[in-house]
Amino acid sequence: MKTLNQTIIEPKKGWQLIDWQELREYKDLFYFLVWRDIKVLYKQTILGFVWAIIRPFFSMIVFSVVFGRLAKVPSDGVPYPIFAYTALIPWTYFSTAMSSSTQSLISNANMLSKVYFPRLIIPLTPVLAKLIDFAIAFLLLGVMMVWYSIVPTWNVLFLPYLIILMILTASGIGMWLSALAIQYRDVRFALQFLVQLLMYAAPVVWPVSLVPAQYRLLYGLYPMAGIIEGFRSALLGTNPMPWDLILMGALSATIIALSGAFYFRRLERIFADVA
Amino acid sequence: MSDIAIKVQNLSKRYRIGLKEEMPDTLVGAMTAWLKSPIANFRQLRKLSHFSDNGHDPDDIIWALKDVSFKVKQGEVVGIIGRNGAGKSTLLKILSRIPEPTSGRAIINGRVSSLLEVGTGFHPELTGRENVYLNGTVLGMSKIEIDRKFDEIVDFSGVEKFIDTPVKRYSSGMQVRLAFAVAAHLEPEILLVDEVLAVGDAGFQRKCLGKMGEVAKEGRTVLFVSHNMTAVQTLCSRAIRIDEGHLMENGEVNQVVATYLNSNETKLLEQHWNDPQTAPGNENAKMVYAGVLTEPGYDINHLTIETPINLVFRFLNFRSANLLYLNLLLYNQENICVFNTVSKKQSYPKGIVEGICQIPAHFLNDNVYTVWFLIHYLGADGISIKNILTFEIHDANREGLGWYGKWAGVVRPNLEWSLRATSSYSNLHHYE
Repeated sequence: MKTLNQTIIEPKKGWQLIDWQELREYKDLFYFLVWRDIKVLYKQTILGFVWAIIRPFFSMIVFSVVFGRLAKVPSDGVPYPIFAYTALIPWTYFSTAMSSSTQSLISNANMLSKVYFPRLIIPLTPVLAKLIDFAIAFLLLGVMMVWYSIVPTWNVLFLPYLIILMILTASGIGMWLSALAIQYRDVRFALQFLVQLLMYAAPVVWPVSLVPAQYRLLYGLYPMAGIIEGFRSALLGTNPMPWDLILMGALSATIIALSGAFYFRRLERIFADVA
Repeated sequence: MSDIAIKVQNLSKRYRIGLKEEMPDTLVGAMTAWLKSPIANFRQLRKLSHFSDNGHDPDDIIWALKDVSFKVKQGEVVGIIGRNGAGKSTLLKILSRIPEPTSGRAIINGRVSSLLEVGTGFHPELTGRENVYLNGTVLGMSKIEIDRKFDEIVDFSGVEKFIDTPVKRYSSGMQVRLAFAVAAHLEPEILLVDEVLAVGDAGFQRKCLGKMGEVAKEGRTVLFVSHNMTAVQTLCSRAIRIDEGHLMENGEVNQVVATYLNSNETKLLEQHWNDPQTAPGNENAKMVYAGVLTEPGYDINHLTIETPINLVFRFLNFRSANLLYLNLLLYNQENICVFNTVSKKQSYPKGIVEGICQIPAHFLNDNVYTVWFLIHYLGADGISIKNILTFEIHDANREGLGWYGKWAGVVRPNLEWSLRATSSYSNLHHYE
C-alpha cells in the first residue's frame, strides 16, 4: 500500500514562516498564473506590448518638458530625457507591480473562497509578470543610448543584483498591502496617492546629488533610491555605483519583505472569511 | 490508523453575521455618528476576523459547526444530510482547507479534491486549452499530469473543435462541460461533492453523480452533501446528519435518512374534530375527521411514488333531503392544481358520512401536496376548507438508472409502453 500524504487541518497559532516546501509543490500553478497575467494583459489591444514602452516614454516627454526645460532640474551631466527614462524603467516596474500586487487578493477573491493553494502565490504573481514589461521598456533605452551615443559602464554587471533588490522590494510591499487591502478596502483608494508620493520621493525626476550629505544614508533606506541611482550609474555612468544607498536599501527591503511575509501568513487564515 | 481517511475531532467554526447598527435620531447625533463612522467602520471590519474571548457569545456570532467529530474509513462513501444552513457546506469547505476552523482539527490521509469548485480560475480571454492547464494546476495537478491527460479531458468535454478559441466565446454549457472535464480527471484519494453548489442542468448533475459513483467503485473515499435522499441512499453506505452545526446522527444510511425525513417534514396527515361546536362547517354539515391513509404494508411516515394513498373524510350531515357530492382539489408545492375530482351525487340520511378518495400508486410525482376539500349541496350552502391535509411524496429508489435528478412532470404515471421490432435489418437495404 502506498503511503498517503497526511494533512492536518487546525487553527494555526502565532506567526508562520514561509512554507517553501509547499510553494515548490505548487510551482506549476505559480508558473501558469504568471503566464496568465502576461498573456491576458494586452489581449484585445491594437498596440499590445508596445504599451509597455508608451507609458514610460510619455512620462519621459512630460518630465523632460516640465522638470528638464522649465524647472531646470539638474541631470548629472547627461541629457534630461535619458536621465529620466533610465529611472522610469525600474520605477514603472515598481509602481505597476506594487499596484497590481495590492489588488491581487481582491481580484482573485473567488479563487480564495473555492480552492486551497498557498495564498502567497497570489501577490507574488504580478511581481513576476510585470518583469516582461520591464524587459520590453529596456528596448527603447537601447535606442536612446545609441541616439545620445552613451556607452554603459562595467557596472552594468551589477544590474541583475539591482533587479533582484527591486523585485524583493515590490514583493514585500505587495505582501503587506494585499493582506491589508482584502480586509480594509481603503487601501485601494490610498494606493493612488501612495504611488504618486513614492514617485516624487524617489530620484526619478531629480538626482540624488540634491540630497544633503548628512541625510544620504537615511534616504538610502528607501530602496528605490539605491536602485534608481544604481541604474543610472550602471547604464549612463553618471556617478560611481552608490553602494551606500544600495546597502541601506537592501537592508530595509529585506525587513519589509520578511515582515510582509510574516504578516501575510498571519492574516491568510482569515482571507476566505473576509474576502 | 492507516485505514482512516478522514478523522474529524471537535471541529468548530464561528462566523459573525449581520452586525447591529445604531441609528441616530437627531441631527447632532447624525453628525457625531458621521464623524465617528471611520472608527465604527474600523471596529466592524476588524470584528470580521477578531473575536473577543470573554466567555459569553454575543448575538451576532453563529457557530456554523460546533464540536463535530467523526471518522471516515478509506473507500467509504458517506452522505452528509441536513437542512439548509445546517453547516454541511461549511464542513466540506473546512475539509478542503479554505476557511480555517475556529477550534478542533481534522486529519486527512490522501489527496483531496472537490467537485464544488468547477471552473475556478477560468479566464474568459484565454483559450480552452490554456484554461485546461490553468484550471488543472489550480486544482492541484502538475503540468506533466495535465499533459498526460489532456486528450482525455478534451474528449470528455466534447469541445475539441473550440479548444483553441477563447472561452468567452463558449456557451455557458460548453464552459461548464470543459470545467467539469478537468475536475473529473483529478485522481484524488478523497472526493468531496457538494450537490448544493453544483449548479447546472440535469445533464450536468447526472454527470457529477455518475462520476461520483465511478469514483466510489474504484475504492476511493467520498463525502457527499446532498438534499436528494434517493441519491444518498443509493450511493452511500453511511450518513451523517448535521443540524444547526451539531452532529446529530452518524450511522447506517437508511436509518439516518429516515430520522431526517421525520424531523423535517411539513405534514398534516390527520385532523380530528371532536366538538361539533368548534368543528369547521355550517348548519348543513360539520367536519369530524380528515386523514391521509395508506394500504397495509406501506409506511405512512414515508410515502413514496409507489405508495397508494387514501384520502378519508368524515362529516356530520344535517340535510337528508338534498343531493350532495364531495369535491377535492390537490395542489403541489408550486401551487399548481394537480387535479380536481368530484364524487357521485347522492343524498344521505342525517348522521356521519364517510368519503374516501383513492389516489393510486405511480400517479403523483415526488412533491409536497395540500388538499382543498369541499362539500356541495344542491339547493343549500356547502362547505369549503383549504389546506385540510398536507403530505409529502418521496422519490423511490431508482436503482439501475444511474440518474437521480429531479423527475420532471406534475404527475408521474406509470404508462404502458409497447415496443416491438417491425422489420429485420435485412429489409433495410434501401437505406444504405
